[in-house]
Amino acid sequence: MSTDYSKYLRMEKLPLYWCPGCGNGTVLKAMITAIDELGWKPEDIMMVSGIGCSSRATGYVDFHTIHTLHGRALPVATAIKMCHPGMHVITFSGDGDSTAIGGNHFIHACRRNIDLTVIIVDNWIYGMTGGQYSPLTPTGTKASTAPRGNIDPNFDIADLAKGAGATFIARESVAEPIKLKNAIKKGLQHKGMSVIDALSNCHIQWGRRNKYGDPVKLVDLIKEKTVTKTKAAKMTPEELAGKYVTGILHEDTIKKEYTEAYKELVEKAQN
Amino acid sequence: MSKAQIMNGNELISEAALVAGCRFYSGYPITPSSEIPEHLSKRMPEVGGVFIQFEDEIASAMAAVGASYAGYKSMTASSGPGISLKQEAIGLACMMELPLVVVNVMRGGPSTGLPTRVSQADVMQARWGTHGDHMIIAVAPETLLETYTETIRAFNMAEKYRTPVYILTDAVLAHLNGRVELPDPSELEIIDRTQPSVSPEEFNPYDVEKFGVVPPLPNKENFPKYRFHMTGLNKDKTGFPTVNKEAVEADEERMITKITDNIKDIESFEYYKMDDADLVVFAYGTNAAAARVAIDEARESGIKVGMFRPITLWPFPEKQVAELGKTFNKTIVTEINLGQMLYEVERVTQGNTEISTVLQASGVPIRPQQILDKIKEVS
Repeated sequence: MSTDYSKYLRMEKLPLYWCPGCGNGTVLKAMITAIDELGWKPEDIMMVSGIGCSSRATGYVDFHTIHTLHGRALPVATAIKMCHPGMHVITFSGDGDSTAIGGNHFIHACRRNIDLTVIIVDNWIYGMTGGQYSPLTPTGTKASTAPRGNIDPNFDIADLAKGAGATFIARESVAEPIKLKNAIKKGLQHKGMSVIDALSNCHIQWGRRNKYGDPVKLVDLIKEKTVTKTKAAKMTPEELAGKYVTGILHEDTIKKEYTEAYKELVEKAQN
Repeated sequence: MSKAQIMNGNELISEAALVAGCRFYSGYPITPSSEIPEHLSKRMPEVGGVFIQFEDEIASAMAAVGASYAGYKSMTASSGPGISLKQEAIGLACMMELPLVVVNVMRGGPSTGLPTRVSQADVMQARWGTHGDHMIIAVAPETLLETYTETIRAFNMAEKYRTPVYILTDAVLAHLNGRVELPDPSELEIIDRTQPSVSPEEFNPYDVEKFGVVPPLPNKENFPKYRFHMTGLNKDKTGFPTVNKEAVEADEERMITKITDNIKDIESFEYYKMDDADLVVFAYGTNAAAARVAIDEARESGIKVGMFRPITLWPFPEKQVAELGKTFNKTIVTEINLGQMLYEVERVTQGNTEISTVLQASGVPIRPQQILDKIKEVS
C-alpha cells in the first residue's frame, strides 16, 4: 500500500526549497513512510530542528513543529518531551548542526537516554552557508574553507552516540531508502534515545568540489562506501578504512529512559 | 493572611515562581545564583513540575524557550557570564514571542569578574545583550519582599506580553537571609497567557489582525490540540518565514510597541521624600537601600533631598525622568557600576539638570556615607 503523503505534509509549502536531487527529500520521505507504517497521528508528533538545509524540514511537515537555533534542537526537544512525555518527539538536523555547534547537547541527550528520535542528515558538509567543512567532511576532501583538502579527522557518529549512552543507533543511506526507512521506523519505536545517521548526498556543496557534482554519481559513491555490519564483521581494519558500517549498530533495552526516571522522582517527591 | 519566613532572595525568587505558576526550570550552576536551582530541584518535583540541570547555560536557556513553546511557564537563572551565553535563546524568545523569565544575579565583569561580589553592571546587557532590534522588560527589586512580588509580576508580564522578562538582583539580595511576610497566594493576581478562541484549524500563532498586538498562545493543556510552526526567522502571522519587507517592518515594530504602548501597565517606580525636595537621587535595586539611608541622614541635617527609584528598569521610565530633569537643577545618579543607567538619565533629561554621580565597580556595595557626602557636596 502506498503512502498518502498529503496526510503528513503542509502541501501549500511545496515545492521543497532544497536543490534538485538533494538527499534531504529522500530522508524526509523515509521518515514519513515510517510514521505512516506505524499509524501515528500528526497531532501526536513533535518535530524539532536546528539551522541548516535539512532543518528546514520542520516547515514542510504537518506536525507540531519548531525551527530553533543552530545546534540547539536537542535542548528544545528534551524540554518538550519532559513537558509532554506522551508525544513522539523527533529531531531532524544536519551533521554540522548536530555534531559541531550542537555536539555538547548531542552527547548529553545520549547520556540521559531521553526518548527522542534523532535523525542526522549526514551529507558531510555545511550546505546552506556555502560548503564549509564539518566534523563529518571526509578527511582529505575539499570544502570552501578547505581548498587544499580537509585536514580534520572525522567523528564516527555511531561510536560517539554509543560512548555517550544512546540506546538505539543505526546508520543507513539515501542509496538504500527502504533500509533507511526501516531503520528510522525501529528508532521511532525504540523507548530511549535513538540516533539515525542518515548518509546523504550534497552534490552541490561537497560534490562539485570533489568531482561528484552529479547526484547519481555521488549516491553511487555513498553506496560504494557503505558496508553492512554483517559484511564488516568479516573485514580487516585496513579493509574497513574509509567505509561506513550500516545497519542497527547498537540496541540496549535495559538502560532507564529519562522521562520514566523523572516520573519516578516526582512520585518519590510527592509521597 | 500572611506568613512570616526567614528566606534569602534566591529562595524567594524560587518560591514566587512556583506561586506564579512556573512549572519548568532549567539551569546550570553558577555563583551567586545557584541557590535557585538547588531550591527548585527539591520543590519542582513536589508540585509536579519539571526541573533539569543541563549541560550548559545555552541548553538551559533553550530548554526554557522550548518549554514555553510547549505551553509551560518557564524560568532560567544565572549570573553575568552565564547570561552572556543565554543571549541567543533570549533573542529567540523575543522573535518567537514566547513568555520567559530570566533571573540575573549580577556579579560584574567583564568575563569572570568577581563571582562572589556585588554589582549592577549588567543593566545594559539586559537591554541590549541579544542582537537585533528588540524591546525587553527588566525589573530590579530593592528588598526581599519586593524580590518575591516582582518575580510574580515578571511572570505576569511575560505571559501577558509574550516576551522575555529579566529579574535583576545581586549577591546582596540573593544571599541576604531575612524575615519576610509573604502575601497570601490567594491575594495575588496571577496572569496566564490568553487562550485561542478559534479552532486548531483556524489558529495562527501571530494573528495580530484578529486578536490584537499580543495574540493568544496555547497553554500546556491546549498545546497538544493546537499544531503550529515557530521559527527564529522573521515570520508572518502563520509563524512561517517571510521576507516581505512591509510585513517584516510591521512585525519588527509591533514586537517593540506591544511593550512600549503598554508602558502604563509595565512601569513601576517609587518617589521617596520627593514632595519638598530640591535635589534628587536616582538609584535602583539594592543600591537604593543605601541611598535611602543617606537621604534620611541628609534630611536630619536640613537638606531637602529625595529619591526616584525605578523598579521596572526596562523600558526606561522616560516620562518620569524627563520630568525630573525639568524640575530639579541637580540630580545624583548612583549605581554599582561605572555608569550605565547614567546614559539613559543623560539622554532623557537633555542637559536640563546638572548630573553628579556616585559610581563604584569594586565589588563592594556603595556605602550610605558615600552618597551622603555627594549630597552634601552638591546641595
